[in-house]
Amino acid sequence: MAKYIIKRVAMGIFSIFIVATVTFFVMNLVPGGPFVAEKSISAAAQQALAEKYGLDKPLGVQYVNYMESLLHGDLGLSLRQRGRTVNQIIASKLPVSCRLAGIAVVVALCVGIPLGCISAYNRGKWLDNVIIVFATCGIAIPSFISSVLLLYQFGMNMKVLPTVGLNSAAAYIMPVTALAIYPSAYITRLMRSSLLDVMGQDYMRTARAKGVSQFMILFKHALRNAILPVITYVGPMLASLMTGSFVVEKIFSVPGLGRDFVSAITNRDYTMIMGTTILLSSMVIIANVIVDILYKIIDPRIKLQ
Amino acid sequence: MSEKILDIKEERLSFFTPAGEVKALNGVSFTMNQGDVLGVVGESGSGKSVTAYSVMGLTAYPGKLVGGKVWFNGHEIENMKEKDFRKIRGNEVSIIFQDPMTSLNPVYTIGNQIVEVIRLHTDKNKADAWARAKELLELVGINEPEKRLKQYPHELSGGMRQRVMIAIALACEPKLLIADEPTTALDVTIQAQILELMQDLRKKLGMSIIMITHDLGVVASMCEKIAVMYAGHIVEYGTTDEIFYQPGHEYTKGLINSIPKLNTAEHERLVPIEGTPVDLLNPPAGCPFAPRCKNCMKICLSKMPPRTELSDTHYTYCWLQQKAAFEKGEKAE
Amino acid sequence: MENIKKNPLSLQLNAEDFLPASNEEKQSLVVMRESVNFWKDGIRRLKKNKIAMVSFVFIIAIAIFAYLLPAVWPYSYSEQMKGSNNLKPFEYSVSEQARIDAGEKVFPHILGTDRMGRDFAVRIMMGTRVSLSVGLIASVLVLIIGATYGAVAAFAGGWVDNIMMRITDILYTIPDILLIILLGMALKDPLDKLSTQPGFKWMQTLGPNMISIFIIFALLYWVGMARIVRSQILILKESEYVTAARALGASSGRIIKKHLLTNCIGTLIVTTTLQIPASIFTESYLSFIGLGVAAPLPSLGSLATDAVKGMNTYPHLLIAPALMISVMILVFNLFGDGLRDAFDPKLKN
Repeated sequence: MAKYIIKRVAMGIFSIFIVATVTFFVMNLVPGGPFVAEKSISAAAQQALAEKYGLDKPLGVQYVNYMESLLHGDLGLSLRQRGRTVNQIIASKLPVSCRLAGIAVVVALCVGIPLGCISAYNRGKWLDNVIIVFATCGIAIPSFISSVLLLYQFGMNMKVLPTVGLNSAAAYIMPVTALAIYPSAYITRLMRSSLLDVMGQDYMRTARAKGVSQFMILFKHALRNAILPVITYVGPMLASLMTGSFVVEKIFSVPGLGRDFVSAITNRDYTMIMGTTILLSSMVIIANVIVDILYKIIDPRIKLQ
Repeated sequence: MSEKILDIKEERLSFFTPAGEVKALNGVSFTMNQGDVLGVVGESGSGKSVTAYSVMGLTAYPGKLVGGKVWFNGHEIENMKEKDFRKIRGNEVSIIFQDPMTSLNPVYTIGNQIVEVIRLHTDKNKADAWARAKELLELVGINEPEKRLKQYPHELSGGMRQRVMIAIALACEPKLLIADEPTTALDVTIQAQILELMQDLRKKLGMSIIMITHDLGVVASMCEKIAVMYAGHIVEYGTTDEIFYQPGHEYTKGLINSIPKLNTAEHERLVPIEGTPVDLLNPPAGCPFAPRCKNCMKICLSKMPPRTELSDTHYTYCWLQQKAAFEKGEKAE
Repeated sequence: MENIKKNPLSLQLNAEDFLPASNEEKQSLVVMRESVNFWKDGIRRLKKNKIAMVSFVFIIAIAIFAYLLPAVWPYSYSEQMKGSNNLKPFEYSVSEQARIDAGEKVFPHILGTDRMGRDFAVRIMMGTRVSLSVGLIASVLVLIIGATYGAVAAFAGGWVDNIMMRITDILYTIPDILLIILLGMALKDPLDKLSTQPGFKWMQTLGPNMISIFIIFALLYWVGMARIVRSQILILKESEYVTAARALGASSGRIIKKHLLTNCIGTLIVTTTLQIPASIFTESYLSFIGLGVAAPLPSLGSLATDAVKGMNTYPHLLIAPALMISVMILVFNLFGDGLRDAFDPKLKN
């Protein structure tokens, strides 16, 4: 077990290293510097800026320098938000994004797992069909579509919900809904198929033959087995929430990291893009590693393999 | 004498699939007394397991009882509420399944799964239940029971797991034990061990056993009575000796001819039963075995044969037996 | 004997009943269900699946809408009509109204026009064409690369397989959308430049962004496909019927063609079909955040972004592309699910 954890963590660190390297070089593939677009700056000033940010050095040296400071947790200075380090920006914006994503995760789990169970338990009945229809539609609606449609309907048409920022509890409703629709629908389907699969297993028949009640069969025997695929979905779910948060935060003007990432792209704020890419990838990679380890703890069978 | 424990009358059970109604049981009747060991033999799909599961109320979706009566130890099974049924299952009647590899929940320890059934049906406290679980493992011949209780199913071999299944089944000393092909998934040497164990336990505990199998060797060594099933019918029923030495139904004869014998000459070939089992979606009007029967007659194709009593304990459903009686009757007249 | 006499049936019996039955008579009772091959069986099951068939009809309709209808439409997607800016659905501009009054027939703007005075219906069609093309081509790319990679890994085995799979493991844990966005940015300028070079002019008709999207998909999206193909082939390689075929002296070519391919093909079709909606999603997402196809070529994602600014006054400009994206993803998902139920033997029961 310890050996496995060490191996998995080592692979995670390697993945982060790969992401950092790829990001660095892909970034520098783009011809022209970040200041070229600013016509107001003279050539001499540009030169000075490049020197200040160390962009005048050969690429190899820049890479070594960047990786060295990355090891110390230093993501460098933002090229656009002058005078602020990327670390400072992240520190101020990340909690907002995390809160939003965290609530969306909780909502997705609280909606998806029970709906999936209800659906599987009523297999073939109208309730099952209704849930499947909703779940299938939920998967088909990208978060950027659902957020603009929500914004239009509840923010502008009916004017019942605030459209900007996260200053009240009501302000969370739309962004969280937009973010949670896809994962909720996905978990519902995953839970349904996994529970149906488990319910057909021989050990469920054994449990019934022992005289275990329906309730205990579901909660003790079926759920613990059926939940395993949902746990493996946590990693991809974080990735999809991140994807969603980039646009959702922009549409609802939420001061989070996702919005900053998108504006960094349009503004070509290289260090900011680097910093956020590395940070967000690391979060997803770490989540994946934790899930893998957790999976082995919950399912005793895997230890041997 | 010994009292009646199980009485099945004209049981009919169908699976309602999208392709149509699959008639799995077509009027199955038999009774069992306390302490009886009944062997139910037949090929796959003949309704052996379905009969046993219906006694346990384990009929899988989309199966449904469509007729007949099942009486077990004072309970009318077909009218029983799920809540009352639960009190019997694992307590008065319990079951051992075919595949021990998949019949135990992979995410709980052996101990947890044995204790669960003990605590469901008795008011033992936790410590007593664990002590009982340990006792049971010793009873089924598992060494180091303390250690095994803490292990997960995947850490045990197939034979061990089947022993655990038996321990779970016997935890509450049931009146009736149903063994659904308990040795089919095991190695031959392990099979013998498990059978020996079951015989041992029967002597010790005195429960009745329904032994479902397609292995005639197993029933010969274990059972006093045998029911031969084909296409949802019991085509022949009798004591072990009667079935083996005076088989009345062509299918039974076929089954017996298809087992290798030690005393026959080396060059003698085994005789297989030709053809494939009937399609239960469209069962034939006559005897279901007719299309595969070597001695099939015209009437066999159109009419279901009536019951012929060959002795007090032996009956069969075959037109050939009727033919014999018919010819005798004609001569007499 | 006593038994027989009591049996009412026995009274109706006669000696003829006990004559042996002929083989033909016996055979007539055996109802053999028609044996069907893999394709027939799958297609039969697919045809029975109403949801999948309705989705299929929708897919055909969308394809006609995207590829054929623009050719016969009286307006072009890039034609900017003066004075026709921001028309509501079925509204006519002043000059068009004058022509109608003069007795001319004017084709209505079913979905109105956009800010630049372009007919919106035809822009939606073109946007659908772009999204659908990206979805289809990207999925085929993913199929080719993923299947090849997975097959090579599975057949090579040993350390080659090990290294190849470690690479996919790493790619799998990296959130692809970040790299897609990064690559989208990085590839934009070089491809823009390249397309002006002689010999690469064809890239302009397709649009450099479209090409960068394809490159991105080809680079990153094949991981799932490669894993599926590899595990399928490994299972099949180990399976007893392949061992049996080998023992009977079948050549490797025959085994691959007859056993591996026929067994993998269901999974390949299903995975590729389910890749289409994922690709459509990613394309529209990239277009929405401004990294997709370049103007004047519309994509459903970019049409939606453009409409966000004016959604208060012109909501139909937003709802139409949004609905189109969702319907496309929905029908491809449903059709893919139907295909899986019909063709993936693992899920047969």
